[in-house]
Amino acid sequence: MKVRIKFYKHGPVKFIGHLDIMRYFQKAIRRAEIDIKYSEGFSPHQVMSFAAPLGVGLTSNGEYMDIEVNSMIDTKTLMDRLNAVMVEGIMATDCRVLDERAKNAMSLVAAADYTLIFREGKEPSDLGRFFTGLADFLNQPEILIIKKTKKGEKEVDIKSGIYELSAEDERIFMKVSSGSADNLKPELVMEAYYQFLGLTLPEFAFHIQREEVYGNTGDEENRNLIPLGLMGESCE
Amino acid sequence: MRKLALSDEILLQIDKPARYIGGEVNMAKKDPKLVDIRFAMCFPDVYEIGMSHLGMQILYDMFNRRDDIYCERIYSPWTDLDKIMREENIPLFALESQDPIKEFDFIGITLQYEMCYTNILQILDLGKIPFHTKDRAEDDPILIGGGPCAYNPEPLAAFFDLFYIGEGETVYFELMDRYKENKKKGGSRKDFLQMAAGIDGIYVPAFYDVTYKEDGTVDCMKPNNSHAKEKVTKQVVNNMDDAFFIDNPIVPFIKATQDRVVLELQRGCIRGCRFCQAGNVYRPCREHSLEYLKDYAYKLLKSTGHEEISLSSLSSSDYSQLEGIVNFLIEEFKGKGVNISLPSLRIDAFSLDVMSKVQDIKKSSLTFAPEAGSQRLRDVINKGLTEETILKGASEAFNGGWNRVKLYFMLGLPTETVEDMEGIAELSEKVAEVYYEIPKDQRNGKVQIVASSSFFVPKPFTPFQWARMCTREEFLERAYIVKDKFRTMLNKKSLKYNYHEADLTVLEGVLARGDRKISALIEEVYKNGAIYDSWSEHFKNELWMNAFETCGIDPDFYTIRERDLDEVFPWDFIHSGVTKEFLKREWQNAVSEKITPNCRQHCTGCGAMSFKGGICYEGKN
Ligand code: SF4
Repeated sequence: MKVRIKFYKHGPVKFIGHLDIMRYFQKAIRRAEIDIKYSEGFSPHQVMSFAAPLGVGLTSNGEYMDIEVNSMIDTKTLMDRLNAVMVEGIMATDCRVLDERAKNAMSLVAAADYTLIFREGKEPSDLGRFFTGLADFLNQPEILIIKKTKKGEKEVDIKSGIYELSAEDERIFMKVSSGSADNLKPELVMEAYYQFLGLTLPEFAFHIQREEVYGNTGDEENRNLIPLGLMGESCE
Repeated sequence: MRKLALSDEILLQIDKPARYIGGEVNMAKKDPKLVDIRFAMCFPDVYEIGMSHLGMQILYDMFNRRDDIYCERIYSPWTDLDKIMREENIPLFALESQDPIKEFDFIGITLQYEMCYTNILQILDLGKIPFHTKDRAEDDPILIGGGPCAYNPEPLAAFFDLFYIGEGETVYFELMDRYKENKKKGGSRKDFLQMAAGIDGIYVPAFYDVTYKEDGTVDCMKPNNSHAKEKVTKQVVNNMDDAFFIDNPIVPFIKATQDRVVLELQRGCIRGCRFCQAGNVYRPCREHSLEYLKDYAYKLLKSTGHEEISLSSLSSSDYSQLEGIVNFLIEEFKGKGVNISLPSLRIDAFSLDVMSKVQDIKKSSLTFAPEAGSQRLRDVINKGLTEETILKGASEAFNGGWNRVKLYFMLGLPTETVEDMEGIAELSEKVAEVYYEIPKDQRNGKVQIVASSSFFVPKPFTPFQWARMCTREEFLERAYIVKDKFRTMLNKKSLKYNYHEADLTVLEGVLARGDRKISALIEEVYKNGAIYDSWSEHFKNELWMNAFETCGIDPDFYTIRERDLDEVFPWDFIHSGVTKEFLKREWQNAVSEKITPNCRQHCTGCGAMSFKGGICYEGKN
């Protein structure tokens, strides 16, 4: 049975990298005595995959992990058991059973929401202009930025990857393209915006939180973004 | 949400920030305001190494079961953070509360190897605690040292307020009670140290004066305080199954060196290898019962969620219930996705059978530790492993499909000759020949034999404590002799030889058998920038050489001098169970190439019987 678990990552655990979060959940699942499926072979491992790696330093309300279980009582019990063995800052918030033919979370990822707030002392001097300038920034015909890749640097247009960009209560919100095909990091969007304003982005300027991760049930042209967590059913 | 001592900006700049945030699974959570004693337990090396140490986890849990104590952890900040903390004047903090360590009542430092000594000063330095016990104020933490290197605490005598000699499970609570009592009475730091000096196993270095002879050796060591005892007796747990044990060890977020459940089979060792300090100071050998281990295997796997379990002890093959525990682990856990990691075992039908069950034969290797290249020298060191046993074990294993072998040796052992050195290559060659005796169509490609040698360091409380150690040049010469011999071997293409670093070994030799004069050396070398000496990328030999010069200390005095039988050693005031008489006898047996039977064959009266437990009483009641 395929199960999708949604969880949050808050506070100091934001310094735990993606691979270590995977190790953390492997051990948590054993502590919770969840009847997870193991692969064959000499050193069997749990059948488990994560939707999208979260960078070190980011918090999140919308992380997803898919696992395969041999048996379970119901999704609520599974989640309760898991939450009984969590550390402070990590908590499962939803759990759904997936269709057996469902693609795994990782291959579905198409977009993600982020909110950004300034770290103390990192605000630009003209905060008013900063927040009002976002609309003009988005209205440009193209948004060019130098992206560092393994092969060197190249200039890319990131406009098509920014689906939404707004500000409210000194909080920046963005919905951007995500996933293996076209992954747009919120830091890069902000770098482009600072460039647009004629400023340079200071290091560690924002505290960034991922809010949700989406799959796309439409196509490239007509997107129909659905949170990964709504792609299954809960069974209680 | 817990508040961290370091800002996000700092944590995002450094390598592995998870080393410094605490908050791991099974971490103890208490309100520091509601306890009487704040104890910070420190392993003076990087987090991943320190978190792998079972002993520290046991004591951590033991302390935290008491409501009046909050025990937290400290590890050495890695060099990247060290630099930032100095620049920004950030005081060292404990992981749990993230509070500065200066606010604690106690700092307990575990001393696992000599080359961590400069890291101790880093801890004090970053923690803003005076280096010297004599300079500490009433409200500075009390610094306690423990662990194997505390069997010669003298090189660290200037820095520590007290040392705990022996196993931590016995008198720590008494020490804590005395501390509370003294605090309640409004007693001073000195009052407490005097009370502590009265407890068995506790050594307060400031309460002793040491005088030296003209030749630099110790003349005598005498208490200068009426509360201090002439002899400090090591602490041992008598009944292992009654000893305190953890059932919920901390599980690090980042991968520790030891990322698995560790089951301690026994303490001590019956063998009596003459070079081995652990085998001598942990006498007598005491076993856990099979039932106890089974119970803890369940509990620990459940509470940690680890996917691997390993067995730990000296000479695990001697554990009387080995087959029982190994078979139990395989039957019980193998099908549940738990890997079983075996300790190094004597190669025989049983071990080959279990190895084939839990490891991939193609990827695993056989391990032998003959320690010396010839039977003569193996008799000198009392290592009861014969060439015949090795070749027979290898042959069985090769027939079972193995084709990789690791052989461990030491170079620079007392009485070592060129034949003994060349014996390392010859023995390796013989193992290869055993492999090539198998018909070609039945063997599994080429054999791969890796022989490694470390350089021998004489340690306190071993029969070799009198021995002369080699110089750096002698060590390297010997390694070249071995290397050259390997080049002449018929199957040299299947053989590989590695040897350890010699500079580090010489320093280890100085620190291991050092006296109080060495404290100044450690401080000098630390002030000149030495830190993380056990890490080859950070070890700087010149710093040490300069410090010897500045302090007017001759390293040769500690290393290449053979000691007189009646020399007073800096560590003689410790009663480790094993008597000096026994060690002398063993030293003489060594030189005359006489072997001594192990404890199970025949008791040779080492003195450890005085602890009234373990092997000494096995089958006698
Ligand atoms: S007293 Fe005898 S049995 Fe006990 S540890 Fe010593 S030699 Fe072994």
